[in-house]
Amino acid sequence: MSAAMLETRDLCKNFGALEVSREVNFRLERGARHALIGPNGAGKTTFINLLTGALLPSRGNILLEGEDVTSLAQARRVKRGIARTFQINQLFRGLTVLENVCIAVAERMGVGGSMLRAAGRHADVIAEAMRLIEMVKLQEDAGRRVVELPYGRQRLVEIAIALGLNPRVLLLDEPAAGIPSAESHILLDAIATLPKEIAVLIIEHDMDLVFRFAERITVLVSGAIFAEGTPAEIADNAEVRSVYLGTALDG
Amino acid sequence: MNAPMELARRHRLQWWEALPWIAALACFFAFPNYLAFGTQVLVTILFALSLDLVLGYAGIVTLGHAAFFGAGAYTVGMMAMHWGWNEPLSGLLAAALVAGAIGLASGLVLLRTQGLALLMLTLCTMALLEQAANMGAEWTGGFDGMPGLSFGKIFGLFGFDVLYYKSQYLYALATLLICFLAVRTLVYSSFGQSLTGIRENLLRMHAVGAPVRARQVIAYTISAALAGVAGALFAQANGYVNLAVLGLERSAGVLIVLILGGYGRLYGAFVGAIAYMLLEHLLAKAYPTAWQLGLGVTLIVVALFARNGVIGMFDALRRRFGGTRT
Repeated sequence: MSAAMLETRDLCKNFGALEVSREVNFRLERGARHALIGPNGAGKTTFINLLTGALLPSRGNILLEGEDVTSLAQARRVKRGIARTFQINQLFRGLTVLENVCIAVAERMGVGGSMLRAAGRHADVIAEAMRLIEMVKLQEDAGRRVVELPYGRQRLVEIAIALGLNPRVLLLDEPAAGIPSAESHILLDAIATLPKEIAVLIIEHDMDLVFRFAERITVLVSGAIFAEGTPAEIADNAEVRSVYLGTALDG
Repeated sequence: MNAPMELARRHRLQWWEALPWIAALACFFAFPNYLAFGTQVLVTILFALSLDLVLGYAGIVTLGHAAFFGAGAYTVGMMAMHWGWNEPLSGLLAAALVAGAIGLASGLVLLRTQGLALLMLTLCTMALLEQAANMGAEWTGGFDGMPGLSFGKIFGLFGFDVLYYKSQYLYALATLLICFLAVRTLVYSSFGQSLTGIRENLLRMHAVGAPVRARQVIAYTISAALAGVAGALFAQANGYVNLAVLGLERSAGVLIVLILGGYGRLYGAFVGAIAYMLLEHLLAKAYPTAWQLGLGVTLIVVALFARNGVIGMFDALRRRFGGTRT
């Protein structure tokens, strides 16, 4: 078996006596569209935090293209191509959309520490940021401060920032959370048009979105993998239906 | 669609940015009797500007910034006292280096913390330096400090001691201008943007892969060096150094200046320093025994009604009545 884009081996995380990740063996293939679902408190966000390096695992390994990155700091993993969005927006609220994306692009291009040239004069950074902003269709809002945007559009800024890091692996933590249903199509479009070569792992409660988007689904319960398979297999799995999906798919 | 142009424009020097400097020169001719006071104001502006870099831009809360002001002041004082080295410009440079080195060393340790712990550690750093200055009497003059220092001529031409108000004022103004241009360049650079990012959202800054701690330490070091220059100017202009240059009162004072003027916006230091020192000057004249009361009341009013200081008030007004954003 060739190396997965991202892989975990026996990944465990304890907070004291509480086991929030239990021997998770997970593979995210190249260019995957993979969803991670599970009831509240199943440890989905913790799993993302372990992958990005925001948390260190108690045991186990994380491999990026077969290379062990378990002990790499968060910033180094970002440089290797692991980017994420947050369940609750984590943006530079007082800055404009363009500035938000520019900060990420500047870091990726290695000019984030440049002291002499004005940020507004890094033409390559700005051009790239504008390209991403157009990709999520926010060009009309590029000059507005994030705090002035409706929440749904702020979610798109999250995605643009993550894309600004030119990721190989993109981890989307409940991208549709908090978006009014009238606006959710913008987000769906943005996710549908993500570049094919990026491996995407999405955590989401919105089953419509999950089944429309995912080619593979992993179900996490109490920190352990409960089931994994194609959307059809998961939908047909009686145990999964009883613990999680409930009646959501009956109609 | 013109957001990129807007961004580029904001970083460019605007015509009105010449006004404070023209005003400062105008004061030179208009108030020849107040130039000593003017020099103190300029020193305070520079000190507040250095604080703005860490507090306003990088979001590092500190109560110990006078440590670096004091380090700069003691550096030029001790050089003049013990080595007879009284050339002013190299004194400023030495002060910047010493204060910067202390900033770097302490920053590496204390920037591992945040919030209240950081606040306490900055305070402790300053207290340690203050005690060192107090106990190392042989070098620092201890409690009495170093009175009666004299400094050489600027470029060997312009007489420079406590009585030469005119050259002092222009010297301080030129130093402030150079430091200001450096800070301005810095805060509008990508580095400055990343500092703002750290202030606005630390979590996100980690998630975009920025070396957060390194950036903070660099900003802290540069800020310390600038505060050192301010302290050195203070020592050179007044011809003395004593423990008051690195006490809590000075740290708190400069914090008040910045809150009064508005932090995180460059010109807040200017407005705050002028407002604070004029207020202090006028109140002390009117109520010699209770002038601090007036200052306290002003500060409460600012904290309650103008959270972003005087400059922030103008911004809010402009946003309400004018079309353009800052």
